[in-house]
Amino acid sequence: MKITVRVWRQANPSAEGKMVAYDLDHVSEHMSFLEMLDVLNERLTLEGEEPIAFDSDCREGICGMCGLVINGLAHGPERTTTCQLHMRSFKDGDVIDIEPWRSSSFPVVKDLVVDRGAFDRIIAAGGYISAPTGSAPEANNLPVPKADADHAFEAATCIGCGACVAACPNGSAMLFTAAKITHLGLLPQGQPERTSRVIGMVEQHDAEGFGNCTNIGECTAACPKGIPLDTISRLNRDLLGALAKGKA
Amino acid sequence: MTKQRVGARRSTVALKALMAVSGLLMVGYLLLHMYGNLKVFSGQVKFDEYSHHLRTLGEPILPYEGALWIIRVVLLAAIIAHVYSAVVLTIRDRKATRVGSGPRYKSKQNKRGFQRTYASFTLRWGGVIIFLFIIFHLLNLTTNDIAPGGASPSPYVRVMNTFSEWYMVLAYTLALLAVGFHLRHGVWAAGMTLGANTSVKARRNLNVLAYAVAGIITLGFLVPPFAIFFGWVG
Repeated sequence: MKITVRVWRQANPSAEGKMVAYDLDHVSEHMSFLEMLDVLNERLTLEGEEPIAFDSDCREGICGMCGLVINGLAHGPERTTTCQLHMRSFKDGDVIDIEPWRSSSFPVVKDLVVDRGAFDRIIAAGGYISAPTGSAPEANNLPVPKADADHAFEAATCIGCGACVAACPNGSAMLFTAAKITHLGLLPQGQPERTSRVIGMVEQHDAEGFGNCTNIGECTAACPKGIPLDTISRLNRDLLGALAKGKA
Repeated sequence: MTKQRVGARRSTVALKALMAVSGLLMVGYLLLHMYGNLKVFSGQVKFDEYSHHLRTLGEPILPYEGALWIIRVVLLAAIIAHVYSAVVLTIRDRKATRVGSGPRYKSKQNKRGFQRTYASFTLRWGGVIIFLFIIFHLLNLTTNDIAPGGASPSPYVRVMNTFSEWYMVLAYTLALLAVGFHLRHGVWAAGMTLGANTSVKARRNLNVLAYAVAGIITLGFLVPPFAIFFGWVG
């Protein structure tokens, strides 16, 4: 099929970017979205033009590296990662707009590549447990209710791609932050640092300049892992509880 | 890269909680206000008696109009807190999303995202409309400076005169629809912010509650104006 892509081109972080259109004549519907970009890049290279920079790694939907805003939607029209999106989701003659995650906390490095270092700093501010080294403890010593384990695991599937920020009309990273708060807060190993974790991570979230959550739910609708919105309510509950106890 | 952190007490989550609590206070007030309005169906004597009683409420422990002034001060504080948090958070959100010039995403497709509701889409400007309406409403029925159909010392007559005019019924209807949409998203968001959404069932209940509160308040406030306009009162 024939398609036209309009791609955000920006040479470097300080350059003024713009949308540039490219026509593609022989696009197979079996191609993945990133393969379509690969083919375009091969052509651009042959033509002596700078190829389009975009992030990708595993291309299996599990690493969280890829991520494009396609036609105004984070990861495009299907609920999956960009690498798992296929051209069969589009039709002949389509004009497809491709833009980077857009947030002042995710500065554009080049073209479609953004710096998501803010996420690393949020995790560093409390998204961990302190475990002593040594021999592994007996696994059955710490019983975890099945429902809690399931919910914690659901939250733990976050791959940190940043689609929540790109999709949020406020550019909030609450879903990302809350996924980690929920994951660790539901498990016994996460309890000792539960209060300091939520305080540290929320403070860092705000310091990074992300927006606030207005409970619209675009994040969870865009999330390729389907992290539920209730994680944010749990984060709120933990933080307000910490404030009420005078811990912050 | 180290960034200056602001304490959790001044975080976006704490500000949201302030917005939620002040909003719920106003919802509580609206329910009482709606109850009082419906007394219009009991006739002029009962309605004016109720209105006067609000001034003598709590006497002799409280002075004349004491309880009313307490309510007014609490409401004013709630409005200030609500508007303050809304403005601070909105400015923050704009900074977080406005990068470079023009709109955040250049694509003209899917402007409403995956699933944004009309209520959430219009929350901020709807709030501004409601704020302006409250000022108009106070000038109309409290101070009676705006008195279509004739001014009167009797609250009952003021209400009857106001809603004998079609354009006043229309203005109040539009304002109450704005209130309804605001509450549809606002009540749900308040529950989320205060940590009430912790399961699929809780989420459903919160949504039902938000629809119910929005529906009851909108309809409950709209019944008297329409009943008066069509001559079913008095």
